[in-house]
Amino acid sequence: MGATHLPSTEFDGTEADDQLEAQAEAVLGDPAVPMVQLLGPDGTLGTDPVFSEYAARLDAGKLRGFYADMAKIRRFDVEATALQRQGQLALWVPLTGQEAAQIGSGRASQPQDYIFPTYREHGVALTRNVDLAELLRQFRGVSNGGWNPKDTNFHLYTLVLAAQTPHAVGYAMGIQRDQKLAAAEAGAGGAAAGSAKPNAAVMVYFGDGASSEGDVHESMVFAASYNAPVVFFCQNNHWAISVPTAVQTRIPLSNRAKGYGFPGIRVDGNDVIAVHAVTEWALERAREGKSPVLIEAFTYRVGAHTTADDPTKYRGSDEEAQWRAKDPLERLEKYLRAEGLADDAFFEQVKADGDELAAYVRRTIHDLGTPDIRTAFANTYAEAHPLVAEELAWFEEYSAGFADEAEADEAHTDGAVRR
Amino acid sequence: MTTMTIAKAINEGLRATLSNNPRTLLMGEDIGPLGGVYRVTDGLIGEFGADRVVDTPLAESGIIGTAIGLALSGYRPVCEIQFDGFVFPGFNQITTQLAKMHSRSNGNLTVPVVIRIPYGGGIGSIEHHSESPEALFAHTAGLRIITPSNPHDAYWMIQQAVDCLDPVIVFEPKRRYWLKGDVDTDTPGHSADPFKAHVLREGSDATVVAYGPLVPVALAAASAAAEDGHSVEVIDLRSISPIDFDTITASVRKTGRLIVAHEAPTFGGIGGEIAARVSERAFHSLEAPVIRVGGFHMPYPVAKVEEDYLPDIDRILEALDRAFAY
Repeated sequence: MGATHLPSTEFDGTEADDQLEAQAEAVLGDPAVPMVQLLGPDGTLGTDPVFSEYAARLDAGKLRGFYADMAKIRRFDVEATALQRQGQLALWVPLTGQEAAQIGSGRASQPQDYIFPTYREHGVALTRNVDLAELLRQFRGVSNGGWNPKDTNFHLYTLVLAAQTPHAVGYAMGIQRDQKLAAAEAGAGGAAAGSAKPNAAVMVYFGDGASSEGDVHESMVFAASYNAPVVFFCQNNHWAISVPTAVQTRIPLSNRAKGYGFPGIRVDGNDVIAVHAVTEWALERAREGKSPVLIEAFTYRVGAHTTADDPTKYRGSDEEAQWRAKDPLERLEKYLRAEGLADDAFFEQVKADGDELAAYVRRTIHDLGTPDIRTAFANTYAEAHPLVAEELAWFEEYSAGFADEAEADEAHTDGAVRR
Repeated sequence: MTTMTIAKAINEGLRATLSNNPRTLLMGEDIGPLGGVYRVTDGLIGEFGADRVVDTPLAESGIIGTAIGLALSGYRPVCEIQFDGFVFPGFNQITTQLAKMHSRSNGNLTVPVVIRIPYGGGIGSIEHHSESPEALFAHTAGLRIITPSNPHDAYWMIQQAVDCLDPVIVFEPKRRYWLKGDVDTDTPGHSADPFKAHVLREGSDATVVAYGPLVPVALAAASAAAEDGHSVEVIDLRSISPIDFDTITASVRKTGRLIVAHEAPTFGGIGGEIAARVSERAFHSLEAPVIRVGGFHMPYPVAKVEEDYLPDIDRILEALDRAFAY
């Protein structure tokens, strides 16, 4: 290979700059960027050469289920926001606007798959049968986790952005080794092939902001190198708190997959049918060991980043209005009604179910437990640790002194109303 | 009983753990056909294959991060970080993820990841290849940190680290990789507990606590002090987190004087922690303040002056003189 095979680096100044600028302009936010969409904002179902086949697998019951899930999680979001405003939660991270991206992808996963969320995936949690009240523990300050990931294969929320992406790839590398160990065992024992467990894949969520983190890059390098069965699911909700996607990337995020050597697809993140189809395709591909996949769900965070955020400081209401017109629930409702797949009774029932969930959450929040610092002592290490034991012993002795005082106080204030 | 170097002992320890548990695997840069830059993993890829001795992309955060995922899926990954100064790209994964996973999952998840880090100076190397960052990790709850000083401990400690349910960082004294010693591969014997300090030499006038690469230096200083009529006890700390304060305190109650020596800078270091705890536990036994011997508060200096930076026999003797002067 001679030097003639190398691309030229001799730019002749402005012309090359202009050319690059034009290329950048051409892709930035350009609607011409290929995006898989099946259900348009007007509620009509389009076609796609690859993904229509996947959409065709969905019967009326499943489509109604998608709607019910999206409505339920939106109602939950409203309730959690209210609970934060009432001081029951320290913080809430709303998902409104991203229901289709989360329900569509979560419903495409299978029980044997393992999911690594970031911290806004309440909709995915719903699809993995996580008790939604348990999701609130972290935001109420009674746990840093809240559920046992082994019960649902839905990992804990991760707050250090993108830190969960290499975990997902490592988990997928574990699945690869499980399969080889199982094959070796089956070979050695002559076991029937029917006893083999179904193939699994890993799906990891992150956002447009987190896409700038080095861990996303390193994970994608590892995933590609080892052909790990992992699907990277990026919800591009257009805003990383106050910073727009254009600051994170100058090309569509889905294009980045090319640089790693696996497929990247942009899907309309407000189209639950397309999200489900694309994710099902990607997970099947990963489970079959064909390659990792990057999915960019093009969506929008309609509300604030968290309850501590104020979007009016950094974006216009016109932009929000544009995206509200692409609402994921409205378009599916239009479709279901137009096709005669759901009637008023169905939508009334969905509303009633949402209210029931909200009531459940409101009722349960007081039962989420009062944490005891002894639990933190107990869980710092899995095995006995002398320093932890010593500090706990000191703490017990120190607290016992106050217990005596408290008893004395109680004796003095007999009959008084205590909190 | 076999005689081998520390590097070979770790190699044999890794071979044993790979043989005993099909879910143990090694990960790191250049650990495959090359056998690692220090050849600690030499020959293992040939024996156990590329799925269990994994040459990784050159990305420390990726190595630790994927090891966490492997541990979550039931594996026992042993990561090699090529040099002490290169652990920092993986620092976030170690401190915010690995150390906290068990705690934040309320005990539901364990992440038994082992991280091997060759550390310390004295090898005439270039920048970032001679550091001792152990205190940064010791300050992080959730991690365990051990450091062998001899081949027998090296052989057993790496296996004990793999068997531990908690994440363990094994700091390997790279300038002692070629130190030879007897290894009993049949039984750990008195090294059964990796988190316990060992009294290597008994004495009655002063105690020197050292670990890793400075253990032979402390022993030599004790021999030199003996020539001057001072009986010096030497403790090999072995575990940096947790620290075996019982063994140290018992020794200080006997000798009344304590010197702590490490290559890492003294400010904010392990020596300071030991001094504080011993002053709380054995204040009335102390005949002199606890004296620290360690690196200066500066980036690890260039190789041509590292001899002025690293604690040596004379620096320990000078500290002993100061302690005896009280």
